[in-house]
Amino acid sequence: MTDGTNGAGPTLLLRGLRKAYADVQAVDGVDLEVARGECFGLLGPNGAGKTTTIEICEGLTAPDEGTVELLGLNWRTGAHELSQRIGVQLQETQFPEKLTVEETLSLFRSFYRRGISVEESVRTAQLEEKRRSRVGGLSGGQKQRLAMACALVGDPELLFLDEPTTGLDPQARRHLWDLVDELKQAGRTIILTTHYMEEAERLCDRVAIMDHGRVIALGTPQQLIATVGGEDIVEFAVNSSEPGSHHPVRGVVDTARLTEIPGVQSHRVDAALHQLSVTELHTSVPRIFAALRAQGLHLSEFRTHSATLEDVFVRLTGRNLRDE
Amino acid sequence: MSNLQLSSLYQLTATRFRLLSREPEAIFWIFIFPILLAVGLGIAFRNRPADVLPVGATTPQMVRALAADNGLKAALLDEASGAHELATGSILLLAVRQPGGVAYQFDDTNPDARIARMVADRDLQAAAGQRDAVHAENRLVHETGSRYIDFVIPGLLAMNLMGSAMWGLGFSIVEARQKKLLKRLVASPMPRWQYLASFLLSRLAMLVVEVVVFLGFARVAFGVPFRGSLIQLALLCVLTSLVFSALGLLVASRAKTMEAVSGLMNLVMLPMWILSGVFFSAARFPAVIQPFVRALPLTAAIDAMRANMLQGTGMAHLLAPVAILLAWFVLPFAVSLRIFRWR
Repeated sequence: MTDGTNGAGPTLLLRGLRKAYADVQAVDGVDLEVARGECFGLLGPNGAGKTTTIEICEGLTAPDEGTVELLGLNWRTGAHELSQRIGVQLQETQFPEKLTVEETLSLFRSFYRRGISVEESVRTAQLEEKRRSRVGGLSGGQKQRLAMACALVGDPELLFLDEPTTGLDPQARRHLWDLVDELKQAGRTIILTTHYMEEAERLCDRVAIMDHGRVIALGTPQQLIATVGGEDIVEFAVNSSEPGSHHPVRGVVDTARLTEIPGVQSHRVDAALHQLSVTELHTSVPRIFAALRAQGLHLSEFRTHSATLEDVFVRLTGRNLRDE
Repeated sequence: MSNLQLSSLYQLTATRFRLLSREPEAIFWIFIFPILLAVGLGIAFRNRPADVLPVGATTPQMVRALAADNGLKAALLDEASGAHELATGSILLLAVRQPGGVAYQFDDTNPDARIARMVADRDLQAAAGQRDAVHAENRLVHETGSRYIDFVIPGLLAMNLMGSAMWGLGFSIVEARQKKLLKRLVASPMPRWQYLASFLLSRLAMLVVEVVVFLGFARVAFGVPFRGSLIQLALLCVLTSLVFSALGLLVASRAKTMEAVSGLMNLVMLPMWILSGVFFSAARFPAVIQPFVRALPLTAAIDAMRANMLQGTGMAHLLAPVAILLAWFVLPFAVSLRIFRWR
């Protein structure tokens, strides 16, 4: 990678970005800054405006309003230079099935003035055994790695990955995460979108959570999780009759008695499932049990987990990430 | 990698070749099908030698006089069996001896029977001593170029150039758009004009094979004549292919689905298949629609190729069809560049 003359400022700078399609305000005032060498995640449910935002950054979509600056350049005056210095992986690109992996990479390599060799990109994407296979015969994970390799042949300073693991099985997903890890270690700036919170937590230095075209939270995964108010989440459901009874009756919980327990930060109910965010799991759980017993309620479900970005999204929007 | 390997125009064009050569159906329709069509039409419409006409007569003298003519085959029949042979079509004419002359029995609505009547009468009159008032001799001419196969080969050639250019561009582009490949290419620094140019370049290279194979076959198998300049014929083929590539590009410039582009393609090509004179002369259509028929690019291409191959007409006398072709190249190409949907 070259150290351009414009390496000092942020690698990506978005100001007041807006874009409307017909009747939908897809992006509704987005400001973002991504520093050099950072792996930045746009997290949100489908339709949150992630893809529109990233496609505006890639120069594929023109914003209605706002400014986009990448590597100190913009698409109006520096398009030619910019397209040479970024790498792009789009959602659902289907490469010609009857070309081989090697032929596809040679084609993409030829578009760049400088870059890595086809052999090197094959190695990076771990497609050595498939280099002479036709694209049509690759698995879903291999196709995604080929798409990644096509984004890398120009040795980009800035890499855009739009939902790189959507539709992959867990093993292929972990394989791709390892690949992104290597790219991070090589010092590339990466901007990725995902609707998998565990992916954002695992890969991203910083995350912007998007909903309805706006950024509703921004920070490191740890910072965002801390905003939930507790490190742990307690989930339970109750009924008022004895366990094993033939006529279970939904219990009515006096929530005030729960939230006054020291360490319980907040309470919400979603489809009869109560959720408490909790700071001191070891002391609060016995008190929660006691409070419920005192109300004559019996637990039908109980579990705890460490707070995740999913819980951040739930707290901010009252909806689950994958509801849509 | 060599410099050629690093050239994006080379890579894009090579990609087009690879994709086409890995599509067996495309090879069949572009290279094999036109030859099969030419063979079929050549067999169906081949020119036969003049037929020998079967006739009958009631006396041995008449049979001798008629059999001496190698255009006739004569049998000795009595009136009753002759009438039966006539009725079943075994003979075309029965010459019946009668007092003071001869009577011919034949069906005057059958052209062959009318010819048999004239030939038989001439033979019998000559045998009876009639002499020609004017000396006449026959000089036989079997002209290549006037046969149906000679007429239809330029038509098939132009039709094939239209089909391979339109299908080749139309489907490939819409497929790339549908599979979001176009969008991915646009997100790379690929020069957009090179993407379109790669289609034209691969088309022109393919054209050499396509035209040489087809015309070579027509020459060897049917002896179809090439009276005009071969270079000018090659130029006409290139121009025709560019015209239909531009039309293919136009048809594919907005369509998002294969169904949409197929429909548009048929809409564009069907009138030309019917009206442009591939299989019979376009001049047979009524005068009112002639201006429309003449303005079609396939009509212009076929007219120019026929004039070159069959009459040896030079380019200087083909300005009208060439001008029509040039217009059909420039306008669709300019329009499609403006309205092309890259994503």
